[in-house]
Amino acid sequence: MEVIFLLIGISVVMASSFLWLFIRAMKSGQYDDTYTPSIRILFDQKVKTKEKEVPSSKSK
Amino acid sequence: MSKSTKTIAAQLAKTCYHCGEVCAEEIIPYDEKNFCCTGCKLVYEVLLDNDLCAYYDIETNPGGTQRNVSTRSNRFDYLSDQDTILKLLDFQNENESHVTFTIPLIHCASCIWLLENLHQLHDCVISGRVDFLKKSVHIKFNHQLFSLRDLVLLLSRIGYEPSINLADVGNKDVKPTDRKLIYKLAVAGFCFGNMMFFSLPEYFSEAELLGDGFRGLFNYLNVGLALPVFFYSATDYYRSAWMALKNRTVNMDVPIAIGIFALFFFSLYEIFLAGQEGYLDTLGGLVFFLLIGKLYQQKTYDTLSFDRDYKAYFPVAVTRIKQGAEEVIPLTKLQVGDIIRVRHEELVPSDSILLEGDAAIDYSFVTGEEVPVVKKQGELVYAGGRQKGNPITLTVQKSPSQGYLTDLWNNEAFEKKEDKSLESLATRISGKFTVTVLLIALGALVYWSYTDVALGVRAFTSVLIITCPCALAMSTPFTLGNTLRIFGRGKFYLKNTQVIERMARVDTVVFDKTGTLTDPAMASISYQGEILTQQTKGIVKSLVNNSTHPLSNRINSWLESVSPETLESMEEIRGKGLVGYYKGQEIRLGSAEYTSSGTDGVVAGNQVFIAVEGEVLGCFSIQSGLRPGISRVVENMGQGREVHFLSGDHDHERDHLRGVFGSEVIMNFNQSPVQKLEYLKKLRQAGNQSVMVGDGLNDAGALRESQVGIALTTHASNFSPASDAIMDATALPSLPAYLDFAKTSRNIIKASFGLSFTYNAVGVFFAVQGLVSPLFCAILMPLSSISVVVFTTIATNYVAYTSGLKKKIM
Repeated sequence: MEVIFLLIGISVVMASSFLWLFIRAMKSGQYDDTYTPSIRILFDQKVKTKEKEVPSSKSK
Repeated sequence: MSKSTKTIAAQLAKTCYHCGEVCAEEIIPYDEKNFCCTGCKLVYEVLLDNDLCAYYDIETNPGGTQRNVSTRSNRFDYLSDQDTILKLLDFQNENESHVTFTIPLIHCASCIWLLENLHQLHDCVISGRVDFLKKSVHIKFNHQLFSLRDLVLLLSRIGYEPSINLADVGNKDVKPTDRKLIYKLAVAGFCFGNMMFFSLPEYFSEAELLGDGFRGLFNYLNVGLALPVFFYSATDYYRSAWMALKNRTVNMDVPIAIGIFALFFFSLYEIFLAGQEGYLDTLGGLVFFLLIGKLYQQKTYDTLSFDRDYKAYFPVAVTRIKQGAEEVIPLTKLQVGDIIRVRHEELVPSDSILLEGDAAIDYSFVTGEEVPVVKKQGELVYAGGRQKGNPITLTVQKSPSQGYLTDLWNNEAFEKKEDKSLESLATRISGKFTVTVLLIALGALVYWSYTDVALGVRAFTSVLIITCPCALAMSTPFTLGNTLRIFGRGKFYLKNTQVIERMARVDTVVFDKTGTLTDPAMASISYQGEILTQQTKGIVKSLVNNSTHPLSNRINSWLESVSPETLESMEEIRGKGLVGYYKGQEIRLGSAEYTSSGTDGVVAGNQVFIAVEGEVLGCFSIQSGLRPGISRVVENMGQGREVHFLSGDHDHERDHLRGVFGSEVIMNFNQSPVQKLEYLKKLRQAGNQSVMVGDGLNDAGALRESQVGIALTTHASNFSPASDAIMDATALPSLPAYLDFAKTSRNIIKASFGLSFTYNAVGVFFAVQGLVSPLFCAILMPLSSISVVVFTTIATNYVAYTSGLKKKIM
């Protein structure tokens, strides 16, 4: 049963790290704008890549 | 592309590729696409040159019309002023500058895409980042080769001109981002969750699954987890309770703070001294649920601002004439006696006297009436008016902050802090509640102390713990938070939940007339004079079709069914009228002066005369019409609520209004902005709880002085004066229903108080007998809170549904 001590330690450390990650994400402003990224993710990158291919391709 | 083919198109349904508007005046074909104006075409050209035409693929017709955009190149010259630049920038180092602009046009995915690809338009732009809900874009750029002015010019070239106003260059407050509550909630949630884990075995302690070693460990872990809850998450309640006690009042936070203290210290005593388990899991849950309630109450509308004053409306810069030369200076540097030039669509920034030019001032932001007022030389032009027509020259009489209109903000009503010292329902109840709880607790202590002092102390703390008004404290935020959301869905946006409680007591409703009761778009038109033939009507139609003047628009919609005739040519003379040629005849449409009809027969209201070859045929009289459904608003306002009208106009419409609204309405005409404010002050002093509905800057004082100031707008993101609530004009007919609903939500709060009192009574019944166990607490507390939340949510939604404010129940 002593293994439970270890497991509790691990669980508390894990849970704390999630809390820390959440606060860090909050501080970096990830939750300030929850709408725009949902649109941004749908943009095609086609235009950009085309442009790069034509004038100066990376394979020079 | 020098001169494009101009075609006066009849109702050909050709729409502009850029902005999607019907090309009414002309069609400019370019690159196999149609454009409504050169502005739109230019934007397209810029995007085409830079290979950014994907802009048009993401959404169809994503642009805004460029028809009324000023093309004067020096209008951004004030952005070269170093002070102004520094005030606008968020950040600056040697190479890079960061700036955030508000761009009202942002409305679709294409907008986001284009603004985030600005770096393809110019090498010096590093990146752009759009916040769609705030309608703002954050741009990083290299300022050594590319000034802020160039950036704004670039944005306006692609049709996204940022709105920069005086408030932006005022003292830039760092946004008080309210993340603290979220952190507190996160910490409380984390601690609560883990405490539940460690407490769970305790609930089944009969099973004796775990040895004493674990029990001790779990208890100490719980203490460790309770510390951040007690010392960090719950601190707001201590502060609020302390402030209330200092002011010799009792608010809801006082019993909460007492409960938290009792829970925490009694648990510490139990764990460390009595060797028992304590109530720390209950403490964690309590604080967690309370903070959720607090968060739910905070509903903010990103694009709306409830605190705008005239500064948010005034321009940053003004064109000054000094020694014969024009210069663009920041408004803050404008002095009395300066000579300024105001162009078409520009704002008069301060009370000034007209020196030269034809002034036609549109005071729509001030009074709500959008038909321009004609001013003659030597007349005083008030700040806040927008010039329509050719440039005018004025001499400044007062500094921008001292004008007729802006002087309002120096009134003491604006000095006052937001202290509408009405006690909320919860505050009033909690006073009695706290006293009762303390009496019961002391009673239990005294009663048991005769036989068993330890049991007495136990009963005393149990009562404090069990009556900690979690459910009580949550019923208000959830009911009001829900009401706020229901109102918001109906396009009635409240500043905060306190407004609802104030709305519930309203007994006097004051309306501004112009722009609030009347709607410029609902004009009623009557024609007097010689009967117009169908042909003449057609000519008038095609004349007004090509004009953007508000009166033209109204005549145009009046002549809806008439098909326009083709004119040989036409011209708009700003501030005067329209002239067109049809089969060699000159047809004029415009003011009495312009059509040389003399001033006889001119009555109040707006009139447009029609003259053929200098001979007047007749005139159109345009009277602003009432908003649809407005007469029912007064009717439905119901018993116990007085209705008042305030109007800045002459009283020529008194009889008409009396006919529509009945004689019980109290009407006041010729009210200046300050008089409106005084009127509301008098109502307040007479003990009335008033709601003021207004729309213009001239109502700002009255909105401020009333208990609930509602600013009415046609576009919620447009300018609206400082107020407690912003209402979309379409929601106005439901105002009585909203007022009733505010009352109902008070009753819902009362009912949920009743519910939580029942729980408390049950709890106290056991507590006074000293029978409360941690398990009992752990069950009763969440049960009461959750049932109260469920009750208020269902009740508010149901009532909103039955009163027609909501389409679906959930």
